[in-house]
Amino acid sequence: MIRVEPRNANSAIFSYGVPILSAVVALILASIPLWLAGAPVLISYVEMAKGVFGSKFAFSEMLTRATPLMFTGLAAALAFRAKLWNIGAEGQLYLGAIAAVAIGTGYIEAPAFILLPLIIAFGCAAGSVGMVVPAILKTRYGADEVVTTLLLNFIIIIFLQYMLEGPLKDPMGLGWPQSSPILDQGMLPPLMERMRVHSGLIIAIVCALIAQFMLARSVWGFKLRAVGENVFAARHAGIKVNRTILGAAAISGALAGMAGVSEVAGLKGYLTSDLSPGFGYAGIIVAMLAGLSPIGVVISALFIASVFVGADSMSRAMGVSSYLADLVVSTSLLCVLIGGFFGRFKLVRTNLEGKN
Amino acid sequence: MIEIFQILLTESFWAASLRIATPLIFGVLGALICEKSGVLNLGIEGIFVAGAMAGWMAVWLGAGLWGGVVVAAIAGGFFGLIHAILTVPLGLSQHVSGLGVTLFATSASYFSYRTALPNVSSPPRIEPFRPLEIPILSELPFIGTILFQQTALTWLALFMVGLVWYVMNRTGLGVAIKAVGDNPNSVDAQGLSVYGLRIGAIVVGSALMALGGAFLTMSAFDAFFFGMVNGRGWICIALVIFASWKPGKALLGALLFGAFDALQVRMQTEVGAKVPSQVFLAAPYVLSIVALVIAARRAEYPRALLTPWFKGQR
Repeated sequence: MIRVEPRNANSAIFSYGVPILSAVVALILASIPLWLAGAPVLISYVEMAKGVFGSKFAFSEMLTRATPLMFTGLAAALAFRAKLWNIGAEGQLYLGAIAAVAIGTGYIEAPAFILLPLIIAFGCAAGSVGMVVPAILKTRYGADEVVTTLLLNFIIIIFLQYMLEGPLKDPMGLGWPQSSPILDQGMLPPLMERMRVHSGLIIAIVCALIAQFMLARSVWGFKLRAVGENVFAARHAGIKVNRTILGAAAISGALAGMAGVSEVAGLKGYLTSDLSPGFGYAGIIVAMLAGLSPIGVVISALFIASVFVGADSMSRAMGVSSYLADLVVSTSLLCVLIGGFFGRFKLVRTNLEGKN
Repeated sequence: MIEIFQILLTESFWAASLRIATPLIFGVLGALICEKSGVLNLGIEGIFVAGAMAGWMAVWLGAGLWGGVVVAAIAGGFFGLIHAILTVPLGLSQHVSGLGVTLFATSASYFSYRTALPNVSSPPRIEPFRPLEIPILSELPFIGTILFQQTALTWLALFMVGLVWYVMNRTGLGVAIKAVGDNPNSVDAQGLSVYGLRIGAIVVGSALMALGGAFLTMSAFDAFFFGMVNGRGWICIALVIFASWKPGKALLGALLFGAFDALQVRMQTEVGAKVPSQVFLAAPYVLSIVALVIAARRAEYPRALLTPWFKGQR
């Protein structure tokens, strides 16, 4: 007989080792689809590494890709800590982006030091609303937030298409469904000359630091963790559970909304309906790989972004489908889940009477 | 208003409703079996994609239509098994594991499709299931057109409703599955395997979900497109709560949904000029959320849903 028993203490080796090992295992497992696709495996890995570390430009592209993943990863990590399953970061990202172009494309003419904070505030508020609504449906009516946030993603993308064909459509856009460009003074300043990486990255890292501090040291963070770990005990201790959940929802949605602001006001400049290639869903993987730690999110976002950027350039060079990146990323999630199990539990061999 | 009634009286409207409902019937039944055993399966969306891709691919490679159905079911069972191992013996978060399976199944399907067909501009087509023309019955005025011009997969879905109802309510296996979703300790005390029942329920449920996907590529359409599942799996997760985990109500829910979807397509042509088309496109998702909110209050979730169980631990 084999029995599952919890480990006595969370060892540091496991909490750091498991995610790193999972990432490595996922990368190694990628050799199977590479081999099936008929690509030379080792050369493909070299191409992948070159795609990230091969040049200053490649590296800056990776940082650019990591920026929205940090925001959506933080959005998922904070919500999941409170056992609030926000799977709607994709939709909230678009709400943030819609709000950003709604006020940033000339509706308000103001200098940068007014306009930029306004765009960020509106974007975050819009994302926030996108998560608070399903959170209210959960606390008021008991409607499962997983299903509502997932379905809201579809509704918001349809709403986005309406906005891009109607109210937000660029009159100079030659009929394409895209928004007008954001005013120059509304754009997040770039970090390096002639590179696409922008100051959204700095904002994301600062957000992660603040989130780490709040979660570990503040009363708010304590309440959030208490609700996530044991809702009955939290209620018994006098914590207002619903209010804590709504607070977590508001912050989580705001961070996802910020991902949209950063993409549209930091990178693209205008809004199209393909702004995000699934950053919201990838954020869940980022958060899980980080063990729901905000600082960890920064690191795991860099890893996931490296996989995406590296696999993109490898697939161009080797003629392998770029869906390989999604395959590696989703495999790493499954690996980290399994690894996390062995971090928390140990298998104990027992004799027939069930004693140790 | 008159237009709505005129639409409701047409045969094609009801035939379309049943057609739209078919993949949802498979999906809701599959989700129902998983959840009755105590495990939420959010892998459903990805399993739909895998079923659609694998079934289509098998037919395209010459396996025959029913061969494709079998391959789709096996693919669904395989991804279900991954979810089962992660959530039952390992007892991991059912939410995260399910999403992981969805992402994995989706990317594996897309990658295989792209690898098998690297340079196609338009997706290759297969000869899909034809409507079953049953002599005499197909000639019946209203019912004949609605019921007897559906494909074999729709009939299979309707048959599955009866089969799942029968197994759940009239057999010892059904009692055991329901018990393992309500009180696994009691099942263990009876000497039955909690792990075995749950894993089995998830694999079978996932195979059914995959048939929903297979219907899309082998009956509703004749090719595989990226993004063709489009949230149908998530809608099933909402519908199963709406149906309070009962096969009969699941059929009703899927049919109501199909009718609503068929109606919105027809309304679009009637009043399309006045109302933006996106209102109609968003309607099915909004409807699912509304149905969920209405049903959630009095939903009697299987009592052990989302709760992992470990042997030898009380």
